[in-house]
Amino acid sequence: MAGVAVSTTINGDAVEYLCQPDETLLDVLRDRLGLTGAKEGCGTGDCGACSVIVDGRLVCSCLVLGAEAEGRKVETIEGMAHGDQLHPLQQKFLEHAALQCGICTPGFLIAAKDLLEKNPSPTEEEIRFGLAGNLCRCTGYDKIVRAVQDAANVMKGA
Amino acid sequence: MNFDPRYSGRNFSSVGTRPIRPDGIDKVTGRARYGADFNMAGQLVGRILRSPHAHAVIKSIDTSKAEKLAGVKAVITAKDLPDLTDGDAAMYDILDNSMARKKALYDGHAVAAVAAIDARTARQALKLIEVEYEVLPHVTDVDEAAQHHAPLINDQVFTEGLEEKPAKPSNVTKRTQFGHGDVHKGFAQADFVIERSFKTEQTHQGYIEPHACVASVNPDGTADLWVCTQGHFVYRQHCAQLLGLEASKLRVTSSEIGGGFGGKTHVWAEPVALALSRKAGRPVKLVMTRDEVFRASGPTSATSIDVKIGANKDGTITAAEATLRYSCGPYPGSWAEIGAMTAFACYKLENVKTVGYEVLVNRPKTAAYRAPSAPMAAFAVESVVDELAKELGMDAVEFRIKNAAQEGTRSSYGPVYGPIGIGPTLEAVKSHPHMKAPLKANQGRGMACGFWFNFGGQTCTDLNIGMDGTVSLAVGTVDVGGSRASLSLVAAEELGIDYSQVKAIVADTSSLGYNDMTDGSRGTFSSSMATISAAGNAIKILRERAAQTWDIPVEDVVWEKGHAIAKGEKYGNLAPLSLKDIAAASGKTGGPIAGHSELVADGAGVSFATHICDVEVDPETGSTRVIRYTVVQDAGKAVHPTYVEGQYQGGAAQGIGWALNEEYIYGKDGRLQNPGFLDYRIPVCSDLPMIDTQILEIPNPNHPYGVRGVGETSIVPPLAAIANAVSNAVGVRMTHIPMSPPRILAALDAEREG
Repeated sequence: MAGVAVSTTINGDAVEYLCQPDETLLDVLRDRLGLTGAKEGCGTGDCGACSVIVDGRLVCSCLVLGAEAEGRKVETIEGMAHGDQLHPLQQKFLEHAALQCGICTPGFLIAAKDLLEKNPSPTEEEIRFGLAGNLCRCTGYDKIVRAVQDAANVMKGA
Repeated sequence: MNFDPRYSGRNFSSVGTRPIRPDGIDKVTGRARYGADFNMAGQLVGRILRSPHAHAVIKSIDTSKAEKLAGVKAVITAKDLPDLTDGDAAMYDILDNSMARKKALYDGHAVAAVAAIDARTARQALKLIEVEYEVLPHVTDVDEAAQHHAPLINDQVFTEGLEEKPAKPSNVTKRTQFGHGDVHKGFAQADFVIERSFKTEQTHQGYIEPHACVASVNPDGTADLWVCTQGHFVYRQHCAQLLGLEASKLRVTSSEIGGGFGGKTHVWAEPVALALSRKAGRPVKLVMTRDEVFRASGPTSATSIDVKIGANKDGTITAAEATLRYSCGPYPGSWAEIGAMTAFACYKLENVKTVGYEVLVNRPKTAAYRAPSAPMAAFAVESVVDELAKELGMDAVEFRIKNAAQEGTRSSYGPVYGPIGIGPTLEAVKSHPHMKAPLKANQGRGMACGFWFNFGGQTCTDLNIGMDGTVSLAVGTVDVGGSRASLSLVAAEELGIDYSQVKAIVADTSSLGYNDMTDGSRGTFSSSMATISAAGNAIKILRERAAQTWDIPVEDVVWEKGHAIAKGEKYGNLAPLSLKDIAAASGKTGGPIAGHSELVADGAGVSFATHICDVEVDPETGSTRVIRYTVVQDAGKAVHPTYVEGQYQGGAAQGIGWALNEEYIYGKDGRLQNPGFLDYRIPVCSDLPMIDTQILEIPNPNHPYGVRGVGETSIVPPLAAIANAVSNAVGVRMTHIPMSPPRILAALDAEREG
């Protein structure tokens, strides 16, 4: 099958790649571009471990084709920190121990970033529903919710 | 080795603090490398063909078409994994489970595998493999499988543990019994007796990371395996034995692990990946899909349990009895045995008897799931305990306190307890504000207790002191939830240095001696013991180096707060030498400074928890929400309290999913109907409330700090606590887990119809 040539922007950098027409954006990120921060937990859009932001919209990259990234702006976990400066969400996840095994963490951070950009002062319920597309099997979500609440407060003060 | 593991009370500097974990930064930036995040040059993609039948003879497999497909580099069947198990029945089962040899024993059982240049070619190749099956009658229900007329899964299995060897084979592989006293006498003395039967459905550990590995076998017999596992040393042993490799030539590196909960204690795809690599002569990456994880990797047992408990009017339990049937998948296990041991472990009983039956079914091979077998037994027992308290007119907590096991109690499974935490957790619950909070309409409150043994096991640890005075700690227990942080705290504590000066890693199988896998809540318990011992050995060398530098007897040098100190007035002119000073001079005083430890961490402290749960049940739909949840558990000593809380919360959340929703649903055709996260729904963020925790610290006398394991006990009480809460909310005793909306509505309907 002939490859599809794609020009896109990933974490602010211009990127070009060839991918198969049926190849997911997740597979392109992980297998072609070496961006393995997004994880495949299910491949069916149920777990959110592969969450990325495409043109300001939170998506499961396992449900997006690599070819669909043409001309778009893709944000992944690898672009969340600025240099050695962690995003407040990353810092608060560490401080609150909002991760145990950490496999879901990149997806949660991307989803939480998207949530706080759209709603800087979410209630606990809004956080819980905002993150309901991301599965975590280790934490029971308690410390994740607290980390997001704390990060929201820090970001409002900034 | 000069190491005293006994507990001694002391004041801590590092232990008990809450620093950020050393592996945290990699995990929030996406840099941490899990099973599927590793690649090798020239790597192929491996895929497994799985049986669509629950039970079938494999009459023939024709791989010729697949082999001819361009881009396919190897196709294997059971013939490529010859039986090298030499009469070891358990290993033979692992081999057969990795790749079916004569019969496919469950929907999802591996029958063949391919390695190809890319995923698409591998998928195409699987479709070209022709398997001829003779479909056999199957059985997936634990009670049906135990019947005499059930389809036989293995005609070589005769029930063990009976007085006489049975004449006919059976799906019941083993009977075990525990207890003491005379239950008949005890029930005769009882004023009240409650007897009930319960069922729990099969659940999956539900780790978010599917099984993944990269295998590379070289023509000279050396091999590398990168894999997500709870026990890379055990994987090395199993894979080496199954593949005919020398253990020392197979280097297994444990990746970061994306959840295990017992499910990553078994090899499944790893022997297949190694066999593919050996045949193809190239590295092979093999990653399970989520569908494969559900269909073919380790779920817990489905169970059927009968419980009978009798008590006096004064609230003393006079006798307790349980019969427990646990499904094992198609291979023998000891799951009911563990359930039979744990069932009544919380209580002080004069007359107790438990009997376990292991039952073969055409489902995936049962694997450990966090305190394996205990939650189901606790559900059945704690439900009857609650009902009996009501019958007696006693408060549920008071009734349990009256009958709780204590130090000196002979446990229902045999040993006599040392200091234990069941009483203190119950007292804490009794006075907890949660117990007094008002409830609204359709709401109910439940509480329940749970027990887990915990485990120690073989452990080996290296502690190396760098020339700059920083410390590398190499452990062999896989870090499943923050143990690198807790073990760094322990090393810092012993050496008297700051946490930031210690960096803990999980070493591969070629860099460290054998370690048992991280199971039985043993990670921090056992590796902290080995770390304390290794630090002690390093301190001995540090003192020797200081003595040498000062030219005084080593007996006159003590180690305090990170410094060698010359003891005695005559040495008043000798300024203390810091760890950093001694390390910097080490090249001139005898070379590198390190402490090594290998030990069997005996003396794991049993652990108890009591949980409180409030639920709200919608009587129209049967839908249940947990609205408040409190965990009280004895940690012995919480080394890193935040991660201890995390273990408590995580276990409770898994228990909530199990209690209310999660279950394997098989069709009449024996196929799993819900092998995905959409239809096998684990709790999401919006399903749960905050989960409050209270850590109690009743020291384990067999650990220098008093540490007990903390990881597993937290999943034992939730099924029962939630069942008691739901039963209290709806006024009907719930006896079937999960309490999904249809089951709750059916129970309400049955009650109305009387």
